[in-house]
Amino acid sequence: MHPLLLAMDWVFLIEKAVLILIIISVSLLIAMYETYAERKVAAFMQDRRGPNRAGPFGLLQPLADGMKLFMKEEIIPNSSSRFLFVLGPGLAMLTAMMTSAVVPWSSHFHLFGRDVDLQIADVNIGILYIFGVVSMGVYGIMIGGWASNNKFSLLAAIRGASQIISYELAMGLSIIALLMITGTLSLGQIVHQQMEGHYYVLLQPLGFLIFLICAFAECNRTPFDLSEAENELNFGYHQEYSSMKLGFYLFAEYINMFISSAVMSTLYFGGYDIPFVNDAALGASIGQNPLAALQFLSLFIKIAIFIFFFMWVRWTIPRFRYDQLMNLGWKVLIPLALINMVATGFIVLLKANHWHF
Amino acid sequence: MGITQVLFWFLSILAILGAILVVISKNPVHSVLWLIVVFVAISGHYILLDAQFLAIVNLIVYAGAIMVLFLFVFMLMNLNAETEPQKNRWLKIAGVVAGGSLLLVLVAALKQADLKTKIAEMNRGDIGLIHNLGLTLFQDYVVPFEISSVLFLSAMVGVVVIGKKE
Amino acid sequence: MQPLTNRAKSVDRKPMTMWEKMYLPAIAKGMSITFGHMFKRKPTVNYPEKTRPFSPVFRGLHVLNRDEEGRERCTACGLCAVACPAEAITMEGAERLPGEENLYREEKYAAKYEINMLRCIFCGLCEEACPKDAIYLSETFAPANYTRKGFIYGKDSLLIPNPVTHPEEYAKAKGQHQ
Repeated sequence: MHPLLLAMDWVFLIEKAVLILIIISVSLLIAMYETYAERKVAAFMQDRRGPNRAGPFGLLQPLADGMKLFMKEEIIPNSSSRFLFVLGPGLAMLTAMMTSAVVPWSSHFHLFGRDVDLQIADVNIGILYIFGVVSMGVYGIMIGGWASNNKFSLLAAIRGASQIISYELAMGLSIIALLMITGTLSLGQIVHQQMEGHYYVLLQPLGFLIFLICAFAECNRTPFDLSEAENELNFGYHQEYSSMKLGFYLFAEYINMFISSAVMSTLYFGGYDIPFVNDAALGASIGQNPLAALQFLSLFIKIAIFIFFFMWVRWTIPRFRYDQLMNLGWKVLIPLALINMVATGFIVLLKANHWHF
Repeated sequence: MGITQVLFWFLSILAILGAILVVISKNPVHSVLWLIVVFVAISGHYILLDAQFLAIVNLIVYAGAIMVLFLFVFMLMNLNAETEPQKNRWLKIAGVVAGGSLLLVLVAALKQADLKTKIAEMNRGDIGLIHNLGLTLFQDYVVPFEISSVLFLSAMVGVVVIGKKE
Repeated sequence: MQPLTNRAKSVDRKPMTMWEKMYLPAIAKGMSITFGHMFKRKPTVNYPEKTRPFSPVFRGLHVLNRDEEGRERCTACGLCAVACPAEAITMEGAERLPGEENLYREEKYAAKYEINMLRCIFCGLCEEACPKDAIYLSETFAPANYTRKGFIYGKDSLLIPNPVTHPEEYAKAKGQHQ
């Protein structure tokens, strides 16, 4: 074998591969049960019971749904461009999954004499990476809509893509204000700073609000789900899709929701930090591995609360009209984010100058 | 071959293949999609050069935003081989001459360039890291940076003026 | 025009105020309402496990009754078929042979008795027409089948279980209000 190949840290590679596998399967599992939770939450908010037939409390319902989607006939329109038609949902899925690479899921486990970080890659541009991947997510919609060779799909795809691009701007601007405070783009370090100080939601309430609204728009969730408005806007870009390809599009939405909840918890709510507890002191008393498990649990509870919030909003608020959506994005959120950015920059400079002009 | 070199060759081949396909694709939408592949490959090169910030910004701005606008236009115009008008022969010759001249200039510039000392060091340089890049931009090149931002602002004002015209 | 009810509300077309344009207060209000509904009692009945109580006059699928000794009451007189407005009932009579006294109460009985449940309108006129209290509408309902043929119920599905040999099934088929 080549010496360079030998020189590579094989254990490191295996560790990361296993971690990627675990995180992908966990996000798939979570996305599956998000569909269940969505239906349950919808039911409870409408005084219904929700799915309760498949298994105890209907817990096997997602499996049944998946089975149904797999069994359905796959229709590829005759005049569609076949390769792109298949590529669309795949791309949507891929970009949804890729975002999870930079999220720190917990501190490290101490296994087999190694410190195993629960973060696939702590790159120093973590947030930008997320933005890059999300911006690529538009192509899943665009390609799918165009390849269907259906003008309604195409219009819906363009509608959806322009929505995502518009809200990406406000999202980026709201993040810049946060980055002025953190001084780093690495999600791991942002979590560390929050563990020692305040959660950034306290310092950036407006930024968080803008980010939250934009996250709704990026995930195509109600009130911004124009790209998949079944009843009044003709189902959107996946109108021609059937079987599991449709399932992939819907699934990608749920994975996006999970990841954006994780990103919001990480950026604004301390990530895997256990609230009201000094994590380092706790770790000293119960050991590193239980601490990491607890921190993972803490992050998951935060994520679950966000996911519930996503669903809660979905079953409360009606859709925006398209002009309202664009007005909100360009005329309200972007100016607000700019004001927030300038104000934050001003205060950060002032603080660096010890509150002297 | 180390893993870096394997990646380098893979990305290079991908980029060149994509670029060729951009030119020879019959369908303009396919051309744009291949152009996106080229951008992704080039972003990969940036990462190999440790210029992660540039890589991601390249992805966000070019692949993520500008190409989407290209796609909008192409998809809505519904260009294809049938609607394309027959091009003038002189126009074709002019295109070949212009393209050839550009190639000549590029080759000449590459020949002139001092490749031995300016060669980018893979996996070692730290110019592209966001910290260094920010310092360079806002200390050494602050005037060109601000001038380019004024350029963008004027472009935006121009767009608004054109858009407002009844 | 005079309003039919006094519930009409005139639509307010004033432009939104600053407070309304912020959307957030209204959204918070709506969300508190939906959150409150999470804990409300759910009116849904878990149907096959739990059923709603029937009203005493409920008219479900037909049952051909037996007397206390388990003999069929029907004498195939045909009054129910005559009374039926939907013409859903057909029957054929037959004479009771010696040795069948424990099966049929009278000398004549229905050898064939069919009700087409797709035609039946569950009016209960057959029940009222019957001089022998042989047919009545039970509390079972919602028949389901794959073919139209399956909805033509014969004696095998109409006849109530024997009260002597199968008292439990008999009580179940009889229902509570008869």
